[in-house]
Amino acid sequence: MIDGFLALYLFMLAAFTGHEIISRVPVILHTPLMSGSNFVHGIVLVGAMIALGEATTPLQQAIGFIGVFLGAGNAAGGYVVTERMLEMFKSSKKPGSDQQGAKQ
Amino acid sequence: MTSAQLISVLIQASYFSAAVLLIMGIKRMSSPVTARSGIQWAGVGVLIAVIATFFHSEVPGQVLIANAALIFIAIAISTMLAWYSGKKVAMTDMPQMVALYNGMGGGSAAAIGAMALLAAAMGEHALSRQQSVLAVVGALIGSVSFTGSLIAFMKLQGWMDKTFRFTGQQAVNGLCFLGAAVLGAMVVWHLQTNMIVLFFAAALLFGILMTLPIGGADMPVVISLYNAFTGLAVGFEGYVQQNVALIIAGTVVGAAGTLLTRLMAKAMNRSISNVLFSNFGGGGASAAEIKGSMKPIDADDAASLLYLAEKIIIVPGYGMAVAQAQHKIWELSQQLIKRDKDVKFAIHPVAGRMPGHMNVLLAEAGVPYDLIADMDDINPEFPNCDVAIVIGANDVVNPVAKTDKSSPIYGMPILDVAKAKQVIVIKRGKGTGFAGIENALFYQDNCRMLYADGQEAANKLIAGLKAVDAGGGH
Repeated sequence: MIDGFLALYLFMLAAFTGHEIISRVPVILHTPLMSGSNFVHGIVLVGAMIALGEATTPLQQAIGFIGVFLGAGNAAGGYVVTERMLEMFKSSKKPGSDQQGAKQ
Repeated sequence: MTSAQLISVLIQASYFSAAVLLIMGIKRMSSPVTARSGIQWAGVGVLIAVIATFFHSEVPGQVLIANAALIFIAIAISTMLAWYSGKKVAMTDMPQMVALYNGMGGGSAAAIGAMALLAAAMGEHALSRQQSVLAVVGALIGSVSFTGSLIAFMKLQGWMDKTFRFTGQQAVNGLCFLGAAVLGAMVVWHLQTNMIVLFFAAALLFGILMTLPIGGADMPVVISLYNAFTGLAVGFEGYVQQNVALIIAGTVVGAAGTLLTRLMAKAMNRSISNVLFSNFGGGGASAAEIKGSMKPIDADDAASLLYLAEKIIIVPGYGMAVAQAQHKIWELSQQLIKRDKDVKFAIHPVAGRMPGHMNVLLAEAGVPYDLIADMDDINPEFPNCDVAIVIGANDVVNPVAKTDKSSPIYGMPILDVAKAKQVIVIKRGKGTGFAGIENALFYQDNCRMLYADGQEAANKLIAGLKAVDAGGGH
């Protein structure tokens, strides 16, 4: 059981991690990063699956079904949209210069 | 070790690796070079955790989780819908899709909270006081993120009027929040089913009320804020379920999202409380009268200016994206680069609809990211710039933000286009920008207006350049 101060430490360390990771991000990546972090909390799907796995009454099953449905949408949609955005980031230097020529 | 214990250890190990992959994924997403692999790492992390969870069985002798079929069906339908919509959506509509998917995550967290509280109310599963407090807080935040994000989605999608205001609105919203908070406290003290239902109704309603009065210009900040909300909600519900992977991933996103929201608000010269509790330009202070006139230029003359220039900075705004002109503008830039011009794109932090949105739109058109410069890097270069081309941007290049204290955009950081030797503004008509104020730049002596649609203007400029090449000039 994670409890009391142990939980507090966990929240604190995770919060610092999130803060640190983002603070050095160039502005050009803000939108993809927002979209990417949107995917990361799609891990909520796992929690919803466990909750539905414990459901017994029809009401619980209905709420759990909605929870899993929404969580899966968060994960799948967040992934596709982020991947599509990041796919487009290319450099004109290094291998990019060939692609540039090919595009014209 | 029994096989049941082994499976339990394997599941825990998969959650651990998911947490590691998610954090490293975000880390990699923070640099353009590694960004694409970042989302893939994070994707593998979630996939591993989801597959492992199918074997999370609490009944001895049963391999799969209870209700496995139900879970599978929900995931299958939702994934198909989300995958299809995410693949199909146009890049300009990306912000509302992020809002939609984010709202779904908030709703999912709220559903987890609801189930934990309901199970406790029926005496199936005891919750510690800490757990029920966090279940309630997480459910409140998640519910607000859920309905709030849906409203944001509908507004950006154009399904709903941009603003919805009435007198005493803030008092009504405040009462609704108070109601949700009191009901939440009562749920913690007496776990009763009808109290839980009332609490969720109030929380969901508050998300709607809170988002209704916020205008389209502020939506990016709001979406980012709700993204942080969902993260926190997931972290709290993770604590309720005692699932460390959820706690870590949720809290990391909560913290990162909060920072990102503050960065965005700062770039727009707005505080977060300003966005949530007041109206844009609500003061209605009339800006000082601007003297002079707008001086038009035709495309051939503009092309000659470009032909003679050495250093050219292009300032794109959302108007360019709406006109779908980014491909043509990149074609024009390539023509200029071919003629040995130094071409750069200057991006204001809030160009487009979210910070970085313009970069995505340019990237889609094939513009390499090292030609794209942030505001702080490019501003010192404007005085040395021969021609600055402004296309579809308005408020973010308005020098009034620096000079006129009565202006609603006073204090907003801007691109110093006004300092360029020559400015060409491509614009369809004489209208004002998002904030509805006159742009002093357009009246400056070094500024010429090229009245045309973005695509048409770029085509004419390319043709003009080729004409000069041919020696004919004009």
